Amino acid sequence: MDIVNALALFANFVAVPATAYGAQLALGALGVTLIFGILRFANFSHGELMSFGAMATILVTWTLQDLGIGIAPFPTALLALPVGILASIAVSLATNRMVFRFYQRRRANPIVFAIVSVGVMFVMAGLIRIIIGPDDQSFADGERFLITAFEFQKATGLKEGIAIKQTQVITVVVALVVVAALFWFLRKTRAGKAMRAFSDEEDLALLSGVNPDRVVQIAWIITATLACIAGTLYGLDKTYKPFIFLQILLPIFAATIVGGIGQPVGAILGGFVIAYSEVMVTYAFKKVITYLSPTDWAPEGLVQLLSTDYKFAVSFIILVAVLLIRPTGIIRGKVI
Amino acid sequence: MRLLLSVACAAALASTAAAAQEVKVGMLQGFTGPTESLVKPMALGGEMAIQEVSDSGLLLGGRTVVSVRGDSTCIDAAAATAAAERLVTSENVSGIVGATCSGATTAVLNNVVRPNGVVMISPSATSPALSTIEDDGYFFRTAPSDARQGQIIADILDRRGIKTAALTYTNNDYGKGLADSIQAAFEEKGGKITATTAHEDGKADYSAEVATLAAAGGEVMIVAGYLDQGGKGMIQAALDTGAFSRFVLPDGMVGESLTDHFGTALDGSIGTNPGTDSPGATMLAELSEGKDFKGDDPYVPEAYDASALLLLAMQSAGSTDSAVYKDHVMKVANAPGEKIYPGELAKALQILADGGEIDYVGGTAVELIGSGESAGSFRETEVKDGKFETVQYH
Repeated sequence: MDIVNALALFANFVAVPATAYGAQLALGALGVTLIFGILRFANFSHGELMSFGAMATILVTWTLQDLGIGIAPFPTALLALPVGILASIAVSLATNRMVFRFYQRRRANPIVFAIVSVGVMFVMAGLIRIIIGPDDQSFADGERFLITAFEFQKATGLKEGIAIKQTQVITVVVALVVVAALFWFLRKTRAGKAMRAFSDEEDLALLSGVNPDRVVQIAWIITATLACIAGTLYGLDKTYKPFIFLQILLPIFAATIVGGIGQPVGAILGGFVIAYSEVMVTYAFKKVITYLSPTDWAPEGLVQLLSTDYKFAVSFIILVAVLLIRPTGIIRGKVI
Repeated sequence: MRLLLSVACAAALASTAAAAQEVKVGMLQGFTGPTESLVKPMALGGEMAIQEVSDSGLLLGGRTVVSVRGDSTCIDAAAATAAAERLVTSENVSGIVGATCSGATTAVLNNVVRPNGVVMISPSATSPALSTIEDDGYFFRTAPSDARQGQIIADILDRRGIKTAALTYTNNDYGKGLADSIQAAFEEKGGKITATTAHEDGKADYSAEVATLAAAGGEVMIVAGYLDQGGKGMIQAALDTGAFSRFVLPDGMVGESLTDHFGTALDGSIGTNPGTDSPGATMLAELSEGKDFKGDDPYVPEAYDASALLLLAMQSAGSTDSAVYKDHVMKVANAPGEKIYPGELAKALQILADGGEIDYVGGTAVELIGSGESAGSFRETEVKDGKFETVQYH
């Protein structure tokens, strides 16, 4: 029996990475859910918006690195983030003005909107590949680790170490701050209240003098901000590669639907549910069980529910299960 | 009219007589298709050996050699078969240097080489399946099978006393084939592969794959992948979580960009990639100076060696009949005998004509093993101070 080592092992391979991943998904899902709440369509271009924001941040980061400006030991990308956010806001307002507003004025069917967003996604993906190319880009600098596995082992004398990357901590902290700010905005400010009213009952909100164009613009501004932060944090923690953002769209949509569409709290909850399931279902528990077993008994197999090849299938399975059993999501949201 | 006919007949007869003096070698390569850029220097390299033998005037009492090209493509087995059929039945070649890709080679071997009984030496088909294919003794290759590297890695691990290893491979034919051969060879040596996981290239995050391998444990992690793709991601995730600190890196992973990225974190890791310390490679590079190709381009030394072996075997057997000289290919390639390097083919022909023996070394330090394939030369490296350093050659 060695509970402490089992916990350390679990934390190192499951809890720490899943928490960071969950925070990234939650930020992405918040953006999707906001657009759904206001414009009532599933925004497929959200992944590319994240990618665009991250790309803008990377370009500014490189400039800063060349100039020798940094905030060591923190990554320079944090300094570049505001510029990236501005760029994302500009591009999302431009697409809204050029594409989405046209359909909104016609009160187009949500499915038309969704397909239009697929078109926007492709155009944006092409634009990103023209500007930065399709390859991996590295832009992370600063201290990589808060504590490495080896340092942890030495400090505690345990057999298993817990490695915590600085980017993981930054991801969680930034996500917390952003979510708190978002909730404050939605609950306390006039514009936030107008947005919630518009989301709940559009016609009534219009009758009460809410300016729909303004609400939609604010929704895009917030979404672009969230997307840029989510994309940059994901790239910082893992790696930036344009293709990734098409892949990450599925877990983000799963998180949105699982949590309850149009429900900001649900998006966050959904993000963590998806992240933890993905990591835990594909994790091999062999060593954890070995530590927990009373004698030296070790299981023969890897004690792994699904091979890591099926990691992406996990979000699919959860998505299907939720749609079948509770289509409204964990927190009662809208039904697509 | 009758005169004209008889002149034409005489001319035809004369040309047949000349052809009898000429030895034709089929240069069956993938001149079009996915390997076209690779093949151009290969064909020139192979023809350089043919020219060298022809110019020496020593082959079978002074016969000249010409190369007849045929396009095997790389992926079209039917086109490869048709091209080989033409070379054998209408051009009457005495032997074939080719084909380029493993698939085309297999098709030609089954449909043309075995039914007609013609010797074929491929410079570049590396599929492990060709090691065990039924060839009636007509097929050889100067490139090592992909399976060979698995044995080399197993040998290295065994010698260094490493008993357990976790294995990950890039999810394609190359990765899977290499991983299978490493696992089979390592387990034969008494080692244990604790777990095997495939990784997809082009993902952002490999922590789940590494977590699986970490749960199974192992002294080293073998990464049969690509150094600028998932292989790098796997190493990154393994180092980040502290799961593994020592890696075994097959040919797809050995490169400066890897050590530039990770620096001293890779210290103690072991790499293997094709390489030789034999002087033949440099000699071939010097021979090709001033020509349209480079002697150290990929598979050019193998192509030169394939042509040379084919013709030297004919000389050794004293015949251009495939059924006779096929048994001499292994003999001229391996010890005992005088070592023969590129550019020394005339010397080799003379020794054989005098009844002596040769051990052809060539550009790739050829050593034919098993059913007639190159053992291959591999370089074993170890990362020291963030640089790959050569330990020894295998």
